[in-house]
Amino acid sequence: MSITTLKINGQDVVTESGKTVLAAAKEAGIPIPTLCHLEGISEAGACRLCAVEVKGTPKLMAACVTTVAEGMEVETHTPKLQDYRRMIVELFFTEGNHVCSICVANGNCELQDAAIEVGMDHSRFNYRFPDRGMDLSHSQFGIDHNRCILCTRCVRVCDEIEGAHVWDVGNRGEACYIISGMDQPWGEVSACTACGKCVDACPTGAIFRKGTTTGEKQGDRAKLEFLVNAREKQEWSR
Amino acid sequence: MDLTELKALAVAEKAKFKPLRVHCCTSTGCQAAQSLEVKNNLAQAIKDKGLGDRAEVVGVGCMGFCGRGPLVQFAHDDQLFETVTPDQAEAIVDVLAGGEADLIKGDPEHPFFSRQFHIVRKNSGNINPDRIEDYIAVGGYQSLYKALFEMSPAEVVAEITASGLRGRGGGGFPTGIKWATVAKMPEGQKYVICNGDEGDPGAFMDRSVLESDPHLVLEGMAIAAYAVGANHGYIYVRAEYPLAIQRLETAIKQAKRYGILGSQIFDSPFDFKIDIRIGAGAFVCGEETALIHSIEGKRGNPRPRPPYPAQDGLWHCPTLINNVETYGNITAIVEKGAAWFSGIGTEKSKGTKIFALTGKIRNNGLIEVPMGITLREIVEEMGGGVPDGTIKAVQTGGPSGGCIPAHLLDTPVDYDSLTKVGSMMGSGGMVVMDTGTSMVEVAQFYMDFCQEESCGKCVPCRAGTVQLHAMLTRLLKKQATLADLETMEQLCYMVKEMSLCGLGMTAPNPVLSTLQYFRSEYEELLQPMPTMPDNHALTV
Repeated sequence: MSITTLKINGQDVVTESGKTVLAAAKEAGIPIPTLCHLEGISEAGACRLCAVEVKGTPKLMAACVTTVAEGMEVETHTPKLQDYRRMIVELFFTEGNHVCSICVANGNCELQDAAIEVGMDHSRFNYRFPDRGMDLSHSQFGIDHNRCILCTRCVRVCDEIEGAHVWDVGNRGEACYIISGMDQPWGEVSACTACGKCVDACPTGAIFRKGTTTGEKQGDRAKLEFLVNAREKQEWSR
Repeated sequence: MDLTELKALAVAEKAKFKPLRVHCCTSTGCQAAQSLEVKNNLAQAIKDKGLGDRAEVVGVGCMGFCGRGPLVQFAHDDQLFETVTPDQAEAIVDVLAGGEADLIKGDPEHPFFSRQFHIVRKNSGNINPDRIEDYIAVGGYQSLYKALFEMSPAEVVAEITASGLRGRGGGGFPTGIKWATVAKMPEGQKYVICNGDEGDPGAFMDRSVLESDPHLVLEGMAIAAYAVGANHGYIYVRAEYPLAIQRLETAIKQAKRYGILGSQIFDSPFDFKIDIRIGAGAFVCGEETALIHSIEGKRGNPRPRPPYPAQDGLWHCPTLINNVETYGNITAIVEKGAAWFSGIGTEKSKGTKIFALTGKIRNNGLIEVPMGITLREIVEEMGGGVPDGTIKAVQTGGPSGGCIPAHLLDTPVDYDSLTKVGSMMGSGGMVVMDTGTSMVEVAQFYMDFCQEESCGKCVPCRAGTVQLHAMLTRLLKKQATLADLETMEQLCYMVKEMSLCGLGMTAPNPVLSTLQYFRSEYEELLQPMPTMPDNHALTV
């Protein structure tokens, strides 16, 4: 195993070569907020929350898709980054309909956690209150598009781990939404195995088990990493 | 076919040209103004007047002066006729026969033409784009022959590097470095892609090149493929350019028939085939990684770079991706050498650039100018200035660029100078605005475009452009406060720095550049500050 040494926030960090800055920071106990990242599936680089400053690069780099390099100097929590992160969380809250008090994921929501982490107590942008609708046609699960942040974790987990590719993204720009099958009601998609991995992967309360009420949903995020490890490394313990 | 045969064919084709050639533009712009009927009537008139043995009418590509089309030009003495109608065909043929007629004549010595320098557009308006023989007659495919038989792939790459050519799609990345990166990748399947997904509002340079001289682009791609070791190319053209697609299809078919594309080109061991892929109306597919996804049949979403397409591109193979105009420069560099090319333009921006000159300006059309020419020369001399009123700003670079105010018109047109004044070279759109234009409305127009065209993958672009558009709209309704203006500016910087791809990173540029130069226009639109009530209102 070859190693790479770098500095994160002035702290010397040694990590396995080829790892991402995000993984290296996690190992070193430096938390970087993320939303679209999930252990066990591919990276999308879409939420941009994990952007960091790298010395010598004018651009901000998404830590989840930036590979560590020898002698790299990374800053993860500069005032500018914190300010931008807060703005991104504000954008998330204003583009959907996120009402924590009546949400199944209240208390177990990564968007809520991110808001607390970046200190977002109100939004400077106007709420858009889109009319997005929901789909309860599946016998066990439901999807509420109002709570969706389009992180595409469900899309990736269904495609890469379950191999069913039930989910995809339809339309573009602000009109984007998660579609099931060929943009059919979820319950009519025969490819769906009802495995529930998308429920465990969803960072918010957008995809949930039917019958759960406010604050009951607890996603099992580590399940996916466990499955990948079990398949690839035959490590069957959790 | 070998070089002697190719040259013999060129001479034979040239000999077939009749002494009196009447060029009639058949590009999209002129076709929309009935140029095909003009062409048919001209042919009929030549026949009727018995000139058939020494005169012919040729449908050619774009002549550049699109605002005054349809255009007809005599090849032998450069006489130019503007805004020709189908019923004027007989009068034009009378002039051809030596008579006089009352027609709108253009001046080929006008700065609009005389200040131009043609490299990419050298054949545009001179040859029939539907016939490969016309292209061969003007020396076509001899550069490819030269590259294949007189140069090694490394020498071709070295020549392009030495020429100083930079990407014409907007970014201005040195083309030679891109080629060298792909060439250095281990041997195996590699691809060459031509990006013809021109989408900036007001830009039509690539369309014109593809419609007027498709073989030039094919030859440039073939040379590129030889240089980097690829055997398969794709041209990605947007569906809104049906004529360009049709002419490319014809061109590829004809080149295959002559053995210039396909297996064992010119009987050498080099194979290269080209396929056309048609875009489905997404602006973001002009971004290289989104374009590659689109060719692969996937949703046209960009992905984070690195890895760059040069290492990991189409179907994870090393891929060279250049713009139409970039490929259009290749044959001339191979033919005349890097030293010749680098003698044109400025120190860091070599060669020429095609601009689509539009907006509030007398002479609308396409111009190919050497780098380093000032905006003032383009707008005032070539463009003839603003019809009524005075110039306020020039917008370059489309939705990714910015507005350059009138007092900076002496800025030279090159990559670095335009970036320094807060705009960019971009793909070549140049929109002139007069003093009647509201810069806030301009910013709102471009933001509307960006929010519509955002793919929706990353949040800063998907939600940020929508908020920016909403804020600009509020401002125009005079409902915004100073605090809103400040928030808007901060949001601009966030979207610029945090977005995933070039679309988002440059989307706030029209707002930022207008804020930089025309801030007072924004401030005038602010909601009036509430006035303090006078004293007796407070006393009870």
